[in-house]
Amino acid sequence: MSDTTALYRKRVRTNRIALMCSLLAMLIGMSFLAWIMIVLLYKGFGALSLSLFTQSTPAPGSDGGLFNAILGSLMMVGVSTFIATPIGILAGVYLSEFGRKGWLAPTTRFINDILLSAPSIVIGVFIYAVYVAQVQHFSGWAGSLALALIAIPVVVRTTENMLNLVPGSLREAASALGAPRWKVVLHVVLRSARAGVLTGILLAIARVSGETAPLLFTALNNQFTSYDLNGPMANLPVVIFQFAMSPYENWNSLAWGGAILITFGVLCLNIVVRTMFRKKI
Amino acid sequence: MSSQSTALGSGVVPGRGALGLANADSGSRLPEPPRDRMRVQRLQDALFHQVTRFFAFSVLAILAAIIASLLYGAWPALLEFGAGFPFSADWNPVTDKFGGLISVYGTLSTSVIALVVAIPVSFGIAIFLTELCPPVLRGPLGIAVELLAAVPSIIYGMWGLFVFAPLFADYVQPVLSMTLGNLPFVGTLFQGPQNGIGILSAGLILSVMVIPFIASVMRDVFEVVPGILKESAYGLGATTWEVVWNIVLPYTRVGVIGGVMLGLGRALGETMAVTFVIGNAHRISPSLYEAGNSIASTLANEFAEAASDLHVSSLIALGLILFFVTFVVLALSKILLMRLGRSEGEKT
Repeated sequence: MSDTTALYRKRVRTNRIALMCSLLAMLIGMSFLAWIMIVLLYKGFGALSLSLFTQSTPAPGSDGGLFNAILGSLMMVGVSTFIATPIGILAGVYLSEFGRKGWLAPTTRFINDILLSAPSIVIGVFIYAVYVAQVQHFSGWAGSLALALIAIPVVVRTTENMLNLVPGSLREAASALGAPRWKVVLHVVLRSARAGVLTGILLAIARVSGETAPLLFTALNNQFTSYDLNGPMANLPVVIFQFAMSPYENWNSLAWGGAILITFGVLCLNIVVRTMFRKKI
Repeated sequence: MSSQSTALGSGVVPGRGALGLANADSGSRLPEPPRDRMRVQRLQDALFHQVTRFFAFSVLAILAAIIASLLYGAWPALLEFGAGFPFSADWNPVTDKFGGLISVYGTLSTSVIALVVAIPVSFGIAIFLTELCPPVLRGPLGIAVELLAAVPSIIYGMWGLFVFAPLFADYVQPVLSMTLGNLPFVGTLFQGPQNGIGILSAGLILSVMVIPFIASVMRDVFEVVPGILKESAYGLGATTWEVVWNIVLPYTRVGVIGGVMLGLGRALGETMAVTFVIGNAHRISPSLYEAGNSIASTLANEFAEAASDLHVSSLIALGLILFFVTFVVLALSKILLMRLGRSEGEKT
């Protein structure tokens, strides 16, 4: 009898220790998130000011802001979204609506999931090789293309998932009324999954706006405000990288200011998207 | 207005009248969709199908183009240095001698450290989210874990360099040196300059970055375990831990390995965070405290400034190695996760 109670105690103890460890793991994860957020607020809050949004990046030691970097980032993320959205949505439509048979859909799905996690710096090298090296200069277009290549898999993935959630009866009802397939897809399926597809686009924007590695040798950087996508372009991530690594006090402070902007922008997008469409992504 | 009323009066659907009459040579008076219209629709459908097909195909084309351009760019270096490229520790832009060993070592060692730390923590988080967590908190905490993945990697880099590294050097490295550093064999790994920068720090920061990926895959696969299996075990008197260890984990083993592979794939290719804290020194040393270089950090540091063609080509060759390795790892991950999904389908 005492044997069994001893065994029972041991099992209960093991259980308790294991569950404590699990709780501890969760606390560790959360504390890192909190730690990073607090550091950002602590170091970056002082740098937030109106001039951050109105002035261009300064020379070491003088006053300035991040206007050119913010502008460049917005332009390149905008162009990349503009490129990636139609490609991603149409490819996602194929996977979900026409992907029942044949080799193309499963292969694309497989490759797309790999590209989703592919090292972004290699994408930068790729664009450098096929575009920058050919035209012989860095440019905002090259940066946008690199970002678009990173965004496409995200849009494809979410579009397919969201279209799969649309009930088949809706498609059948539309077809039974005589609508051709393309109308069924565009006017019924895509329309009812509109919010979900938008989610995918927002996620893609969140993903690319923090990307630094692919921009290092495509868009490079620019000290001045430039609206010309055909020349080197300032952008937040690369400016943060250069300023953070520099020995100048005012550059470091601007880097933290940029870091706070980008992180809270990206996190807000993520929170909005994930609370709206939890379970589905 | 008047034309519409006459059209209605004649019993023909407006808009179809012209086509319907033009096509009425068969003598049928039924208002069926005229053949021309059917043909147009079929054409539109086929066109739409082909257009979407083309864009799906473009995803494959992107992959093919990446591989082709990397191969093309790396070709001069591979010709010059041959198959020994990944195993040579030379990296000298002055004499134009290049080899990938240092970077490959840096990439692999940081990723292994990341996994060693991240696997148990992710496992704990996944257990917490599926078994322990009150249902109300499950959603918010799940999102919070995913937010760790959403923080841009450059932020991890800054945090790692300016906040984590100094604390790590002051409080953790001396302790590790005094304890693990005295062990036989592994001791040398934990001896060296205690400045918070190097392979070990990079690996630890990588671990924080891959935890969310591994944890959310684990959580997702834990959730597919049929409730009846777990309830049966509970019914026999098993504790929560016993259910997790003896029922959930064996059932989802394949998926868990898939999640770990996904984390590995992410860790291998991570650039900015590693570039900040790895120290960017081109050498291999037995100590994990020493600065090193990973493939991604080498590319980030040198690519834009590489002067000679052979240097550029060698860097692209490194990129090719990185892409190839991550591709294989991620493909394995995907295959394992798909296999879990398929066996899932067979059992139910």
